[in-house]
Formats: sequence, C-alpha cells, structure tokens
Amino acid sequence: MDITSLTIHELSERLKKKELSSVGLTKEFLARMESVEPKIHSFITVTANDALEAARHADKRLAGGKDITPLTGVPISVKDIFCTKGVKTTCASKILADFVPPYDSTVVRRLKDAGAVILGKVNMDEFAMGSSTENSALFKTLNPWDTSRVPGGSSGGSAASVAAGECAASVGTDTGGSIRQPASCCGVVGLKPTYGRVSRYGMIAFASSLDQGGPFTKDVRDSAIMLNAMAGHDPRDSTSIDAPVPDYASFLGKGVKGLKVGIPKEYFIEGMDKDVEAAVRGALEVLKKEGAELVPITLPHTEYAVAVYYLVATAEASSNLARYDGVKYGLRVNETGSLMDMYKRTRDAGFGGEVKRRIMLGTYSLSAGYYDAYYKKASQVRTLIKNDFDSAFRKCDVIATPTAPTAAFKLGEKVADPLTMYLSDIFTISCNLAGIPGISIPCGFTKDGLPIGLQLLGKDLDEGTVLKAAYSYEQATDWHKQRPRL
Amino acid sequence: MKYEAVIGLEVHAQLLTGSKLFCGCSTKFGSEPNTQVCPVCLGMPGVLPVLNRKAVEFAVKMALAVGCRINPRSVFARKNYFYPDLPKGYQISQYSEPLAEHGHLDIDVDNTTKKIGITRVHMEEDAGKLLHGEGPEDANYSFVDLNRTGVPLIEIVSEPDMRTSDEAQAYLKALRDILVYLEICSGNMEEGSFRCDANVSIRPIGAEKLGTKAELKNMNSFKFVKEAIDYEIQRQIDVVDGGGKVVQETRLFDSARGVTASMRSKEEAHDYRYFPEPDLLPLIVEDRLVDKLRNEMPELPRAKRERFAGEYGIPEYDAGVLTASRALADYYEATVKATGEPKVSSNWVMGEVLRLLKEGSGDVKDCPVSPQSLAGLIKAVKDGVVSGKTAKEVFEEMYRTSQPAEEIIKAKGLVQISNEDELARIIDDIIKANPDNLERYRAGKTQLLGFFVGEAMKATKGKANPQVINKLLKEKLG
Repeated sequence: MDITSLTIHELSERLKKKELSSVGLTKEFLARMESVEPKIHSFITVTANDALEAARHADKRLAGGKDITPLTGVPISVKDIFCTKGVKTTCASKILADFVPPYDSTVVRRLKDAGAVILGKVNMDEFAMGSSTENSALFKTLNPWDTSRVPGGSSGGSAASVAAGECAASVGTDTGGSIRQPASCCGVVGLKPTYGRVSRYGMIAFASSLDQGGPFTKDVRDSAIMLNAMAGHDPRDSTSIDAPVPDYASFLGKGVKGLKVGIPKEYFIEGMDKDVEAAVRGALEVLKKEGAELVPITLPHTEYAVAVYYLVATAEASSNLARYDGVKYGLRVNETGSLMDMYKRTRDAGFGGEVKRRIMLGTYSLSAGYYDAYYKKASQVRTLIKNDFDSAFRKCDVIATPTAPTAAFKLGEKVADPLTMYLSDIFTISCNLAGIPGISIPCGFTKDGLPIGLQLLGKDLDEGTVLKAAYSYEQATDWHKQRPRL
Repeated sequence: MKYEAVIGLEVHAQLLTGSKLFCGCSTKFGSEPNTQVCPVCLGMPGVLPVLNRKAVEFAVKMALAVGCRINPRSVFARKNYFYPDLPKGYQISQYSEPLAEHGHLDIDVDNTTKKIGITRVHMEEDAGKLLHGEGPEDANYSFVDLNRTGVPLIEIVSEPDMRTSDEAQAYLKALRDILVYLEICSGNMEEGSFRCDANVSIRPIGAEKLGTKAELKNMNSFKFVKEAIDYEIQRQIDVVDGGGKVVQETRLFDSARGVTASMRSKEEAHDYRYFPEPDLLPLIVEDRLVDKLRNEMPELPRAKRERFAGEYGIPEYDAGVLTASRALADYYEATVKATGEPKVSSNWVMGEVLRLLKEGSGDVKDCPVSPQSLAGLIKAVKDGVVSGKTAKEVFEEMYRTSQPAEEIIKAKGLVQISNEDELARIIDDIIKANPDNLERYRAGKTQLLGFFVGEAMKATKGKANPQVINKLLKEKLG
C-alpha cells in the first residue's frame, strides 16, 4: 500500500503509533511529487527544506506526546493565494511572480500551529479567476484522472495535488465554486465553509464578500479535521464570525435518519449531462436508503445567480486589484516614463486576459451612471437569492445538487468562450452569494471514467449537518476510495 | 455690489488617536519616512482593515459637539482612484451612509451670530505623502512616504451657508476651537492636521439658484483661506461681468502669488466608483455609547465664553481670549477660584502670563507658575505687601525659578513699606532737604507732588507703598 494515498486520519494514526515519522512521510510525499509532478504540474513552489524542518519539529511534538492534533506531522499543500511568510506567493500572476510576503495568512498560521507540514504552494487560475486553472500565468495543471483534461478551477492545483497523492490534503479558496468544482473534477472532497467561518486575513482578495477558504481532502472525516484547524474568529478579519467552533468530527457517524434533503428543481434541468444526472440521482437514492427524506424545494432566483455573481465579483475585484500598480511591490514595468505610463505598462504586462476582462467589467458596473443599474441591482437580487435559501431551509436541513453541470472538460475546450466557462459554476455560485456552506463529494464516474461530484449545501454555520450528511453518503459508497492511475 | 458669494467648506481633521484607523501603526508626526507602516497600511496582498474604536469615539464626540444626529448604522465605502500615496488604490471612507448628519455651528461675525448648517461628519483614512526629488540624480523621481497612510480623519462638510471670507474664517476657527477643546485634533494647519477645501460660487443678490462652483484646495492657513476665497469671488465676478461663464472645476491656491489656478475641470474629475467596503461590517454606534460620550462632553468654547462673561463679569473680549484653549480657561478659573478676583485675575492671565508664554511654547500647560502660585502674588498685591509694579518683576522671577511669590519677595527684600511712621520719617527728611521745592509747592505749583513721590521712591528703592506716600505727602506738604 502506498502511504501517499492515505487519508489524514489514517496517517495520523500511524504517526501517533510511531509506525511512521513525519520526516519519513514528508520524504515519501516529496518522492511521489517527483514522480507525478511531470504529468500533473500542481506545484508552483515546493518548499522541501521548510517542510522537512516542520516535519522534524512535528516528530519532536509526536515524541513528546503533548500538543498533538490530527494534523501534526501531516503533509499538505496550500493554494498560492494564501500568503506564506518568507515563501513566494504568486496568485499565479506575473504581477506577483516574485512577491514574498512578510506575514502568514491566518489559515496558514493555524495549520502550522496545528503541526501540519506544508510541502509547497499549488497552482490556480490567476487571482482565482477561472474554472479550469488554465488562466494561471505560469503553467497549466492537468487532471490526474485524464491528463488531457483540466482539473477544474480556480483551485485546480489543490484538487489535483490531493487526487494525485502529492499531499494528504490541501487548502483552497472558493468565490463562486473554486473549491467544489475542482474537487468534483478531481474526485476529492472540497468544502466551502460559511462566509466568515474561516479568516480571510492574508488570503489574497478576489471578491471580498464572496471569498472563503476551505479544505480539499480525500474523505469527509479529513474535511472535518481540516475545518477544525482552520475555522474560528480572527481579530484581523472584521468579517470573520465570532461564533464558537464545534468539533466537526463529532457530527460524523450520526446517520441521516429523518434528515430532510431538499432537491431544488432549478438544479435538475433539461439537457444536463446524462452521466452527471444519473450519478446525482443515484446518490439521492442512497441518501434515501440511509433514512433521509427527499423534499422537493424551489430556489426561484437561481437563473439570475451567474449574472449577479459576475457583477458583484468583478466590481469587488476591480477595486481589490488596484493595489497592483508597480509602486510598492511586485512587477514594475517602465522605470523612466511618466507615472501613468508606469501604471499602464505594469498592469498590461502583469495581468492576464481574464483578469483584465474582469477588472474592466467591474470598473464598468461601478461607474457613475451605471452603478444603480448594475452593482446596486445585483446586490438587491443577491438578497433575493439569500431569501430563497432561507425559505428553502425552513423545509429542509440540507440541499443536494450536482456540483457541476459536466465532468472535467478538455484542456482548451472552453478557453475561447468565457461565457461557456462561466457556466461551469452555475450550480456553485448561489451558495457564495448566500454565504452558506457547501461541500462536494465524489458520487460516481462518467462512462469515460471521470469523477462526478455531489454538492450538499447547508444553513449558515451548519457545516456540522453538511458534514454529517456527506459522511453518511460516503460511508455507504466506495467512490472516495478510488484513486487515479498515474 | 450686485453679487453675493456662496461658500461651503469641507474640513478634514486628523484625529489624535495613538494608532491608525485600520491598523496598529503609530500616528506620530514627523518620523523618518516609512517607519510607521505595516502590511495593512502598506496595502499588501490579502491584508484586511480592523476599525479603531477610539477613532469612532472621537468622531462621535465631534459630531455631537456640532449638533449632528448620529446615525446608529453607518457604512464604510471605498473611494477608488490611482495615486502612489494611496497603497490600496482606494481610500476607505464613508459615502451614502455617513456617521452623522444634520448639525450646525453658530459663528459670530461683526457682532451678529449666524447659524451655519453642517451637512455631515464622516470618518475616513488619510493618504500618504509624495516627496519630489530635488537633486540632479532624482529630479525625475518622487518618493513615497506612507507614515501618514491610514491616519484617522474626520471630514466635516458644511452647508453652503457662508457669504463672505470672514464668515468662512470664523466658521473654520470655531470648528478648530471645538476640535482642540475636545482634545481630538491638534488643529495644526501647517502640519496638515486640520485642512480645508472651499466650494465657492457667486450669484446675483436676491437670486435663489446657486451659481456654478469652483472647489478651492491647498490653503494651509486661516489667512490663505481668506485670501483664496476673496480672490476667487472677485475672479468669478470678473468672469461673469466680462460676459463669461464660471466653469465647474478644482482650483489650487498659490499662496506666493495670492491667486487660484485651475487644477482639473469637471470633465477630468475622477469617477471614484464608490461602493460599500466589503472588508468591514456596517458601523453600529449604540445609543449607550452616544449617551456616554454626550455626558463626558466638556463645556465647549462658545458656552464657556458666555459663562465667563456672565459669571465673572469680565468683558466679552477678555472672555474670548481666556477661552481660546481649554487649558487656558482652566488656568484662569483656577486662579479666580483661589483669589476671588475675576477681573484682576483676568488682567494677570491675559497680561503677564500670556506675554511670557508667548516667548516660549505658548502653551499654558508649560507655564511654570501654577494658578495657586499666581493667586499668592495677586494676594500679596491686594494686601499691600508688594506694589503692582514690583509684582510684575516678582512674576518674572516666579516664571524663571518656579518659586512662590512670598519667597521671592522675602529673599529680594521687595516687601512694600506701608508703615506710616517709617515713611513719615523718610518724607520729613526729603522735605527738609528740599526747602525750595517745598516753597514753590506751597506757592501753588502742586505738580511738584510728583517730584516728592519720586524722591520717596528713590529713598525706599521703590518699595514704598504709593498710596501711603501720597497720603502722607499731601498732609505734610499742606
């Protein structure tokens, strides 16, 4: 058995029993990386020395038997959007290609404190803008299940690195589906917590009111373990929620008997991918068999979600990305011209096409004379979408849907058509607009052998119930035990 | 005159909090460039603002002092524009939902009181500073100092209620006095901790409709504000009288030339693309906090001035001088309390105390003579221990050495001689030594009294009590 295919809780058991050392484990993962990375291209930066140092430290902690968490000594990867003190953080953009933050993001700080070993920083769509990781300005990441296909995005490096066994788990960010959609594409578990459950401090902003960090794992128990370490109020993030953090693992194994699972008709539409529909409907049957009650619900404003998202997210992005101006850090082009020249040349050379497109869209929707028709209207519709969920959750405990309309698509297939690409997130976006938690778990394969994801959405701060339902389904199936052949 | 001016002011006041509005960096003025910065105020990737509660309290205090209604919920907004002194590419400010609205301030100009409306008071962060290269190698460069970035500001926007530059100046001074009284702003225009932009337009007298306004910037003293407004009013009158039209624009005041010049037109104006700041929650100011701050509100300059004039019976002018700062007013009141002599105390504080303070920092907090100590001297004069003239010398010595009046008087032998027997002997000697003058005095040349007084003072080295001398001389010269 290859230990790089094991879960966090399996590895943690072995570490605690001293069957493994963290240093040994870290070396195994680094070796695995060496063998599969040429096929997958997940990592932007590998921090082997720092990882081994952290592993030695973890081994001491394990030897001392004190202050041990389920993550102590476990190697993980981190999306290159989380600032890491002293380690290059690029956001997969040329404009930050050499940026080395003097601070750790809160998520990274907490994972380090828990004893996790960070192997390196993984690829993504530039500034998290995309659904295939093809918008990385550095290189493309390939899907471990079929290297002619994308891993999804924007956290494609996180999903691929976990699926390929290059790490035990990863952390990514989800603004409109950027954790759940790649998790679905790569056959792993991806959790987007409630907005404000995980601190955004040090997580490079794309759309501040939507961005949320969360874990990629090989199973649901690991997801609970990671969330335990990541969640909680952070005085450095005013939008982080000051609510107690339950032990998420304590929800697992309680079954779904009597749990009401809402099935929104707007998410099961004419012409959707047959394999995806079959797999998701099959998953619903499993939940029913496990004792859940399936409840038809409606989320009537779903059709507006993509439009609202591309107004709100781009508006915030246009402002969030204004700081990359060549003045203080990052790329600077044209030392000798005028100030305006420097701004233009720096931003022209530093940002990729999709990022520029979104900056322009957002700038437009915030402009005088357009604000009311676009940004303001979108914010109002966003409230209606949130209200849809509030009403639905009066009838059910969780909502089940497909994560994505299709399985992983071919590299280059949607690059030329941004609108088609945007529709990859059609089932995941509403969750961000409403701020509620959502998870994607493996629920089958297409006839071509590509993973399919089941999405479960929960009430605000009710990650516990989402994890409970996901775990119950997972334990009744074998999908999560499948690994790609590389 | 056919036209009247319409003036509204936008004042930015830096708050005297120890740390910045959204991070823990120091707000100290004048440090080495870029030594009071952190990832948050440098606008580094991924960092987030955390609101300084003290700054909120300061802002609420000012809003209350100018009679504003505090909005229980206000919203921070991003004002987007590119400039190297603005690291995030946007300034966190407040826009459609400000902290406070609907206030007013009474000002006194030409012995009449006028109410100036205050539209709003809102909070925002300051930007950094650009220093332009001067040497041969760096003439084409500008250097960015971000120490000031993120220092808390309040913006106080008036209604267009002022009609003259004198009114504008009076409003500005009244506003600054309040800020200084509240101890929330240093009020220093030269250092830029108190800044003013003016919106100026003209219209025919009697017209309702507002004319097209120009926004004036770069006026860093009260004098310049007046000069700039006066210049701008005349400029606009000349434009209109010359058959032209005033255009909406931003104009910079050039203090060296005393003129305003166009900086950018309406067409070139920024579109700031304001939208609610998603990194901060709406600011909720609870009634409890507002009540607490209202209860803690000190007596404000205007109320204090009126009370001083009424309660102490001193002239309006004195009351104005004595209430120029809270510390000075406190000093005066403490002196009155110790002496029970409001007018005499006023003369001393406005005279000797302020005279000597002006040679130093000008701040009464640095005065080496305490009110109690000053009261001791005033009492000594009242009791006839020293003469008023000698007392001034004594005060200078007290100021220099911080010693109490009695000690200085004793040590220097300055005690006034009021003993009639002793003075009578001295006067007898003088009369005896000046028979001619005595004769001429008695022949009707009574101006010679001054001569005898002078001689008596000379003989006593100025220590003789003048009243006693006068009385005795009149008796003896007959």
